Parts: sequence; C-alpha cells; structure tokens
Amino acid sequence: MSSRERILGRVRRALADVTPDDRPYAEAVPREYLREHGERSVAQTVELLAENLADYRAVVHRADAAELPLLITRLLAERGSREVLVPAGLPPQWLAAAGPVRVHDRAADTAQRLDRVGSVVTGCAVAIAETGTIVLDGSPDQGRRRISLVPDHHICVVRVPDQVVSSVPQALERLDPARPSTWISGPSATSDIELDRVEGVHGPRTLEVILLG
Amino acid sequence: MTGTYLGMPAFPRAAHDAVRNPVLRGNLRHATHTIRAKRARAVGELSDWAALREAGRRIKDHTLRHLDRYLEQLEESVTAAGGTVHWAVDADEANRIVARLVRETGESEVVKVKSMATQEIGLNEALAAEGIRAYETDLAELIVQLGEDRPSHILVPAIHRNRGEIRDIFRSEMGAWGRPAPEDLTDRPADLAEAARLHLREKFLRAKVGISGANFMVAETGTLVVVESEGNGRMCLTLPETLISVVGIEKVVPTWRDLEVFLQTLPRSSTAERMNPYTSMWTGTTDGDGPRAFHLVLLDNGRTDTLADRVGRQALRCIRCSACLNVCPVYERAGGHAYGSVYPGPIGAILSPQLRGTASEIDASLPYASSLCGACYEVCPVAIDIPEVLVHLRERVVQGGPAVRQGNKVVLRPARGHAAERAAMRAARWAFSRPGALRAGQRLASRTRRLHPRTLPGPGRAWSDTRDLPAVPAEPFRDWWQRTRGGKDGVR
Ligand code: SF4
Repeated sequence: MSSRERILGRVRRALADVTPDDRPYAEAVPREYLREHGERSVAQTVELLAENLADYRAVVHRADAAELPLLITRLLAERGSREVLVPAGLPPQWLAAAGPVRVHDRAADTAQRLDRVGSVVTGCAVAIAETGTIVLDGSPDQGRRRISLVPDHHICVVRVPDQVVSSVPQALERLDPARPSTWISGPSATSDIELDRVEGVHGPRTLEVILLG
Repeated sequence: MTGTYLGMPAFPRAAHDAVRNPVLRGNLRHATHTIRAKRARAVGELSDWAALREAGRRIKDHTLRHLDRYLEQLEESVTAAGGTVHWAVDADEANRIVARLVRETGESEVVKVKSMATQEIGLNEALAAEGIRAYETDLAELIVQLGEDRPSHILVPAIHRNRGEIRDIFRSEMGAWGRPAPEDLTDRPADLAEAARLHLREKFLRAKVGISGANFMVAETGTLVVVESEGNGRMCLTLPETLISVVGIEKVVPTWRDLEVFLQTLPRSSTAERMNPYTSMWTGTTDGDGPRAFHLVLLDNGRTDTLADRVGRQALRCIRCSACLNVCPVYERAGGHAYGSVYPGPIGAILSPQLRGTASEIDASLPYASSLCGACYEVCPVAIDIPEVLVHLRERVVQGGPAVRQGNKVVLRPARGHAAERAAMRAARWAFSRPGALRAGQRLASRTRRLHPRTLPGPGRAWSDTRDLPAVPAEPFRDWWQRTRGGKDGVR
C-alpha cells in the first residue's frame, strides 16, 4: 500500500464516527463577518490606506501623473542609487526623468546581479486600506517576485482610487490565485530580539509608496 | 515523532528548573505581556472578531470532517499547477523524501524558512546525517541554531535569549557557519539584525534549494501561503531553483475565499499586527518567476491518530498563532522548553500527547501543565477548547481507554493509581506553589467550574474522592484578568 493510500485510509477510519455533512460548502460555513469595517467615502479609504502604510513605517507620497516622473527622480536621487531595476511593463513615462541607469528585469540576471542594484520601481495589483498592505502579483508592471525583494529600496506606485480596496476579503476577490502574489505591509521587520521592532532584515529596508491620482 | 527531545524531564521537573532561572523568567514575562496587550488592541479594531473566529472554527471543522476529499483535491490542483505531491506517514518517511529530493538536485546545502512541521520531524538533523547542511534563516531560528539551543516559543523562538546573549552567540559562532559577525558588534537590536542580514544574504544568493512549511494550502486552487515578517521567507520561496514544502495535512482549507478569514485573524492573534510585513502565495510553479521545481510533502505523523479522537481532534484546527502561549500563566513562568516538544504552551500540552501518544513520562505529564484557567480558549482564533481537551487527556492518562496509534486501534492501559496520583500531585504542587500560577488557578472561570465541580479531573479524581475541594470562586476569568492585570505585573 502506498503512503498516500495509507494516510487517506487512516483519515477515513478516523472519521467513521462523524455523520456526513453533505450540505453545500456555503451553508456549512456561515460567514457572518463583515466584508469591510466601517463606512468610508472613496477619499477616506485612500486616506486610511495612507495612514496605515505610514503606521507600519512605509514612506507615503502623493503625486498626479504630471508630477510622478519628477517625484520618482527625486526619491532615487535622495537614495543615491546608481542603478534602478525596472519591470518590463512599467509605464516608460514614470522613469522619463530618472537619472540612474535602468536595469531591466531579465530572467538571465542572477540574484547576485540584482543584489548590486540599489532601487526598484514597481506598480501593484491592489492595495488594502484597513491593513496598509500593497499586493504584487507579478503583472508586467511589477515583474518577477525577486526584483522587489533583493534591492534595499522599493518604490511602489499605487493608482488611487482604482487599485485601493477597503479590506482583505475585497482584495482576495480581485486577485487571481494562479499568479504568485506577495503581500507587503511596511518594510521588512523583526521583533525577534526582546520584541523590539527593527525595520529591515532581508527584504527592502526602505519602502516608499506613491499614491498616484 | 522524532521531535521528542530524548532525556527530556517530565514537565514539572523541567518547569521547576525553568522558574528558578531569573533571566529566562524576566524575558518571558516581558515578552508575553508585551504581545498580550498589543494583541488585545489589534483584535479590538475588528468589531466582527467573534464572527471571524466562528467562521474560522467552522471552516477548519468542515475541512477536517472531509479531510480525505480535500487532500485529494489539493493533490490534483498542485499537480495541475506544475508541482509534485508526496505523502509521508511519519517523520522518518518525510525526512527520507526530503533528503532524496535534495540529493537529486546535487546540492549539499539548503536554506530554510521557519517551519514547525520540519522541526517536529527533526529534518535538520536527518539532513545532516545525509551530509546536507540546512541553514535556518529566521533571525530567531538563526540565534537558536548558532546557540545550539532549542526554540522556546512558536513565534519568537529565541524569546528566552536577551540581546547581550544574542550578541555573544553571534560573535562566537557566526564565523563557523559563514560570514562572521563584525568584531565590534554591539547589542543594539538594529546592529544585531544587520549582522544577521549580511551573514544570511550570501547564503540566500547562492541557494539552489529552499525548504519551507506553509500556513495554509488551498484545495480548490493548489495555492500555498506563507506568512512572515523578515523577508527570509520570500528569499527561500523565490530565489532557489527547487522548493520543497513540508506541510501537515491539517493545513488544508477548501477555498481561496477562506483565506479572507485567516489572513485577518492570524496576524492580529500572533504578532498583534493588522497585517504581517510579508505574505507569499504561490500555486505550483510559474514560468520565469521563482523555483522551477516545487515539491509538496504532505505529513501525517500522528495527525490522523489525533483526528480519530472525538474530543481531541479540535486541536487540528490550530493555526499556530501562539496567542494561547502569551496568555498562559503556566507558560509565562515555566517557559517553552519545559514542554519537551516543538509545540510549547497550552497548544503543546494538547497537541504533543496526541501526536506522540502518552507513553512517555513527559507526554503523560503535559495535560497537567495547566491550571485550566481558560484564558487560552478565550484568545484562540479558532476557538479550540483547550481546557476541555486537557481534561479529556488527563482522563485518558489515568483511566486508559481506546485510542488510535499509528493508524491502529489500541486500548491504553490506565496509569497505575499511585503513579497517577503522583503525576497529578507533582504537577499540582508545582503549579500551586508558584504564587502567580496559584492566583490564576484559584480564580477559575465559571466555565471550568462546570468541568470539575467536586472532584479533580483525571488522575486527581481518586485523590479528591476522599477530600473536599475548595469551592471555586465565581468571578469570571476575564473580569479578574482585567481587574488585576494578570496577577501582578503592569501591562504596558
Ligand atoms: S491553539 Fe489557538 S491560540 Fe493556540 S496557537 Fe493554536 S490557534 Fe493559536
């Protein structure tokens, strides 16, 4: 007997005393929790996103389409990065004014190569106001998961209000489970040493979020 | 289960040593009180917490009741998405599978993200025996690994170490494992984190094989979810060419939508955050992004035996948030090591004896590592009635009875009367001779009064049959807790 058969057999024997429940799943699990917490206007939802991002120590900026290239240029200059990683589908105008050398996200680049790049600019799939979370799903304006991980400085552009939802349930509705996703709430952190929160262990130690709209 | 620490003293003895260690006790008190107060705030933000908790309980119960079906569905989805599924009846089989998969890549080192399941099966030691070096990459796990130590908390495994000790461990041990710590390393947490970042980065960048667990697996889609803070999880999940995830069979949930419950309750219950810094989700393999090969090892190792127990099976709902540890007056004073297992605290007291059986002295004594105060049940985000399971397991230790071990029905022999009394009284004497634990124990919540109105449960029964128990005060635990702030120390 294979281990698979053995385990499934054990499960079935273990459940022999349980009366079967053939109700549809939706009935078996009532969901009386809220789809979102509180009522907010669109502007208030964006405001809450900004607050919660900042609360977890992301640096929040706002810009309209005309201001965006200059803002990105300024942030990269302040950081002093010589190179910036660029996902293939990033709108070219976002970096139209940027000084650093663009390094395009290519499968052939090794992790060691990415480690020498100072900054990365990406879009996002959705942002969650209640938790201050941005979600990346590997779409062309976000690139492979590693490019927003290895560089120490991540600039993420969120289109507001279109990409902003209030809650976790609403975010999951928008995401495609087939795509790998990364949920980011503030910069990398640890509380492993006497529970002191320290920003930045392995992920980008600086996370800047630009609310574009 | 090979995760048993051999030669581990039974709980009361180990706890006795631990409570006499003032550094350990101070660290633990600071830690548990800090998290406890923060968690209450994070949970308080959600007005529908009770409904989320109930939904979480129902999702898990429904899944367990149809576990065979959901495991088969999961296997199908993961396979369709490009992954390979392996089944492991016990720790040895899981370790053999992982070692073989690593050998097939031709590599002799792997990077690991913290996973209770791989600790439970003793994977690192098994790999070492095959000449494969496993690097732990969580800061806390790194501290534990470098210090040749054992984790003492699910979430903060190095909770028993303070910053000075950590600096000393880094300075003396890092060099033997890779990039040494700087000579002038201070004990500032930020500097210690920086030293860990540099030490581990070279390992991440060259790693060809990553090993992880998972917090959730979605049957419908084949998606796995890892919840973390530091980014080492992301490194292990995305940089290597081969990813091997070892996951207990109880981690499956039916649908994608179910994540909306647990991604709200888990971070708030565990790290007391609205959301943890990083959550990674992946479904099989993705062309050009992340590992090219993905292996999922589904682990039984006592879980189906636990499932066979009508009362005890609810322990399989656990999402390992560690909230029950942080509110437990016994854990706060005894520390994680006294539980003799990778699962410490209240959840360990009900999980380890079920996964491993109650044949050993430590496992037979674990159901007594509690004052039945009920705080663990109140905070549990999937409403596991830990006191109920404890009482049930005590009865099983003392009275014996039917159980399932390694898939076979067995009848456990009762522990002999005097042995039972000794075990119970040793535990009771221990708990009730600590002023703090006593305070918690004396003020039993009304719901636990119901469980033992006149007699001590389990092995205590024979003893209390001939003795009167003091009446249990009626003040509910929570009222007392709020009024007295958990005994003595101010909660910040
Ligand atoms: S038993 Fe409940 S409170 Fe304890 S770790 Fe598991 S889920 Fe969390």
